[in-house]
Amino acid sequence: MTGWIEIGALDDIPRLGSRVVRTPGGNIAVFRTESDEVFALDDRCPHKGGPLSQGIVHNKRVTCPLHNFVIELASGQAVAPDEGCTHTHPAKVENGIVWLSVRQAAAVS
Amino acid sequence: MLDKVTKQKLVVIGNGMAGIRTVEALLERAPDLYDITVFGSEPYGNYNRILLSPVLAGEKTVDDIMLNTVDWYEDNNIALRKGETISMIDRRTCEVVTDAGDRVPYDRLLIATGSNPIMLPLPGKELPGVIGFRDIYDVDRMIKASTDYRNAVVIGGGLLGLEAANGLMKRGMNVTVVHLLDTLMERQLDPVAGGLLRKSLEERGMVFKMPAQTQAILGEDRVTGARFGDGTELAADLVVMAVGIRPNFELAKKAGLHCERGVVVSDTMQTYDGRIYAVGECVQHRRQTYGLVAPLFDQAKVCANHLAMKGFATYDGSVTSTKLKVTGIDLFSAGDFAPGPDKEEIVLQDANRGVYKRIILKDKKIVGAVLYGDTIDGPWYFQHLRDGTDVSHMRERLVFGAANLGEGGVSGQNSVAAMSDETEICGCNGVCKGAIVKAISEKKLFTLDDVRAHTKASSSCGSCTGLVEQVLAFTLGGDYSAAPKVKPLCKCTDHSHDDVRRVIIEQQLKTIPAVMRFMEWKTLNGCHSCRPALNYYLLATWPGEYRDDQQSRFINERVHANIQKDGTYSVVPRMWGGVTTPSELRAIADVAEKFNIPTVKVTGGQRIDLLGVKKEDLPAVWADLNDAGMVSGHAYAKGLRTVKTCVGSEWCRFGTQDSTGLGVKLEKFMWGSWTPAKVKLGVSGCPRNCAEATCKDVGVVCVDSGYEIHFAGAAGLHIKGTEFLTKVETEDETLEVIVALTQLYREEGWYLERMYKWCDRVGLEQIRKRVVDDVANRKALFGRFAHSQQFAQTDPWAERASRGVDRNEFAPLAELELA
Ligand SMILES: Cc1cc2nc3c(=O)[nH]c(=O)nc-3n(C[C@H](O)[C@H](O)[C@H](O)COP(=O)(O)OP(=O)(O)OC[C@H]3O[C@@H](n4cnc5c(N)ncnc54)[C@H](O)[C@@H]3O)c2cc1C
Ligand code: SF4
Ligand code: SF4
Ligand code: FES
Repeated sequence: MTGWIEIGALDDIPRLGSRVVRTPGGNIAVFRTESDEVFALDDRCPHKGGPLSQGIVHNKRVTCPLHNFVIELASGQAVAPDEGCTHTHPAKVENGIVWLSVRQAAAVS
Repeated sequence: MLDKVTKQKLVVIGNGMAGIRTVEALLERAPDLYDITVFGSEPYGNYNRILLSPVLAGEKTVDDIMLNTVDWYEDNNIALRKGETISMIDRRTCEVVTDAGDRVPYDRLLIATGSNPIMLPLPGKELPGVIGFRDIYDVDRMIKASTDYRNAVVIGGGLLGLEAANGLMKRGMNVTVVHLLDTLMERQLDPVAGGLLRKSLEERGMVFKMPAQTQAILGEDRVTGARFGDGTELAADLVVMAVGIRPNFELAKKAGLHCERGVVVSDTMQTYDGRIYAVGECVQHRRQTYGLVAPLFDQAKVCANHLAMKGFATYDGSVTSTKLKVTGIDLFSAGDFAPGPDKEEIVLQDANRGVYKRIILKDKKIVGAVLYGDTIDGPWYFQHLRDGTDVSHMRERLVFGAANLGEGGVSGQNSVAAMSDETEICGCNGVCKGAIVKAISEKKLFTLDDVRAHTKASSSCGSCTGLVEQVLAFTLGGDYSAAPKVKPLCKCTDHSHDDVRRVIIEQQLKTIPAVMRFMEWKTLNGCHSCRPALNYYLLATWPGEYRDDQQSRFINERVHANIQKDGTYSVVPRMWGGVTTPSELRAIADVAEKFNIPTVKVTGGQRIDLLGVKKEDLPAVWADLNDAGMVSGHAYAKGLRTVKTCVGSEWCRFGTQDSTGLGVKLEKFMWGSWTPAKVKLGVSGCPRNCAEATCKDVGVVCVDSGYEIHFAGAAGLHIKGTEFLTKVETEDETLEVIVALTQLYREEGWYLERMYKWCDRVGLEQIRKRVVDDVANRKALFGRFAHSQQFAQTDPWAERASRGVDRNEFAPLAELELA
């Protein structure tokens, strides 16, 4: 796991939206909820690899744009009855700046 | 502890299906509002009374039919006092009194005491061996009798009586059914269907004595027989009375609550004492009492809403349908089928196949249906009955059912029971019958929604919904699956599309959060189904005022391109009426080369699709296309897509009018508009119809004397030719009618409801009246469309390519080079 890396301003991510962070191990989607919490997940749906960053965000969940799997942002788990899990990465906001710590697992997923 | 003191006390009398469904719905809406105590005379948790018939027939056990076990009550902090009967309600002190004399106070009281079987006041009715058919206790006694004795008489040839008779017969008894009238199940069946039913039950060994009136029950210490009006007698060791039910309202009546044939309640399920609610079979609502679960569940929902202090919903009564749960007999009945002067009937009878269908129409709508032998379309008819669909346009084929109309997923199958486990039910998600049955029995699913969530069957195009409902009914044996009367917009709310649209206007709601707050959405930010719907409704209702919420748009509409399976996008520039030029083609070719676009394909809508564009390249691709004069084709939009044309009088030797020119005119006027679902147009220059205009949402067929306007066609999941709307003489009139039609659809369609579905729902005549006949209304509709176009006709590509709109959307937030 890397240390905390500054990736940008919170305001650059739309509320109930997401932005992508490029890494050598693949894209990471960084989500912002209505109450300004941030979550980071591999940008790959556990179903067929759809880009979660492009989905509709509601509460602390995102719906995959390809076939509507709903994924919990905090855990990366698909909401039952669907099954599957996406890797999460620690993310936080401090003074309007978003920080990310990349778990190497991203590379293998 | 503190909240214990402040919590209100809710007491429920009656631990049955309606009462506990209310409690469940209440817990969903307001889990912490009440301390709940439930009293039930029966010594069990809540069980599925409907399934007593299969228990009696030996097809299920009592354990199989438990809905809420004792643990469930504990887990939800509900005090269950089973085996205790309430003998009095003291409204003065707000207490209920148990038969042991215990007093329990309430703030709110729910009466859900169900009903009692009617026991005919015959001599001998108290003898041992004479029983009703209502609860586990009755079933236990019948099963016992079937092992000790041989002859049974069932009084009553209705649903309950026949199910009892069938069960006893399966347990080896000789059963005679005695019925007062000469038609079985006369409340649900007409004489023909009743006759077919009788015949097939007789083939299984059931004996009927009808019409016949029972006069006395014979016997000394136990029943030995029964005597009838004609003087004949039958030997019997068991007599089951199944002549009907009587709502159980004694308790309420004694407490001074207004009762007639049941406890009288308002549309919010309150009795005359506002603190006391009532639901279920004990209730009388708008002069109606009910004896089937589907309406009781509707009541439960409304009651729970009110108890949760969310007073929005009201109960408006229900239409019910019935299915006899005798394995191997397919019978369905719904609505009102008594003949009448203002009614028309469509009847199909096929004696060889043992099939009988009778559909009763009134004012172009289905008001009743009786099906025997082939009930696969039952839910489909029932849906149209409840929705009040105008069915005149499918009248000739109506009796053959949904499959024949291209609405059913599978045709030629007449019973799900006969299907093999491998039969595919849901073509969209590849779910076969076996998987659905397994999920229903293993996961104890009850509703269509449950099945959708767990198996994905019927969750996509929905054309297999009827089949899935049949599988549910056949697996459960009951009719749980009956869809709610009004379909909620999605799981986040109980309100229907129509309600939401109406309230947006009435309350002048202008943002998504405002709608959610006012209409008491159950989730924080809605979900992927309701947010895009609300966004559209607001956009269509308040043009120029409402600010489009990009985060509530499906990705395609957010980035104005179509997402592909690998996360790249496709780009389709508009080609007005399918006409292009060498310079446009050259620009497209250049763009494809410059951005290494892997696939260039001609679409079905007469344009060119560039597939495999990377998201970050989109703005630059658009900029180049814009430079060549091209704009977005909205190939991704719930909006105007293409106008397909033929070459018409310009070139074709048969052409009667300038179909290409008209198509371009329509497209230039209508592009950019958002609609409930996609809209595709077609214009053909003569009836040879080379532009395939008669399977489009709106199609024009030019003729010598003018323009025929058609609409409500489809050529996707369903195939359907258009309906003829009207014929006009000029291009301008054509434009006016089509625009007005589209505007009406924009104002009334449900989100994702294609034009043909909308037409099915509201009726062709209704639409014609408002768009064609009422000229003033047509002009007003046209005006509203034109007004909203002022705000809609900006090219979304240009905004993003050169005006920096939504710049963040297309660029990564950061690029990390991790060591
Ligand atoms: C054999 C059978 C088959 C059926 N098949 C179908 C079918 O196929 N489809 C369908 O839709 N419907 C069917 N029904 C009808 C359906 O079961 C009822 O409509 C439904 O159960 C009624 O629900 P309820 O809550 O109003 O009453 P109930 O489920 O009867 O619950 C009332 C409960 O209250 C208790 N109670 C009454 N008074 C008191 C008191 N004073 N103190 C404490 N407890 C009390 C009773 O003991 C009972 O447990 C069938 C019914 C039977 C009996
Ligand atoms: S529809 Fe008629 S006018 Fe148009 S191309 Fe075909 S034949 Fe010619
Ligand atoms: S028919 Fe349409 S949805 Fe189906 S695979 Fe082809 S493009 Fe995709
Ligand atoms: S790839 Fe995400 S739902 Fe299929």
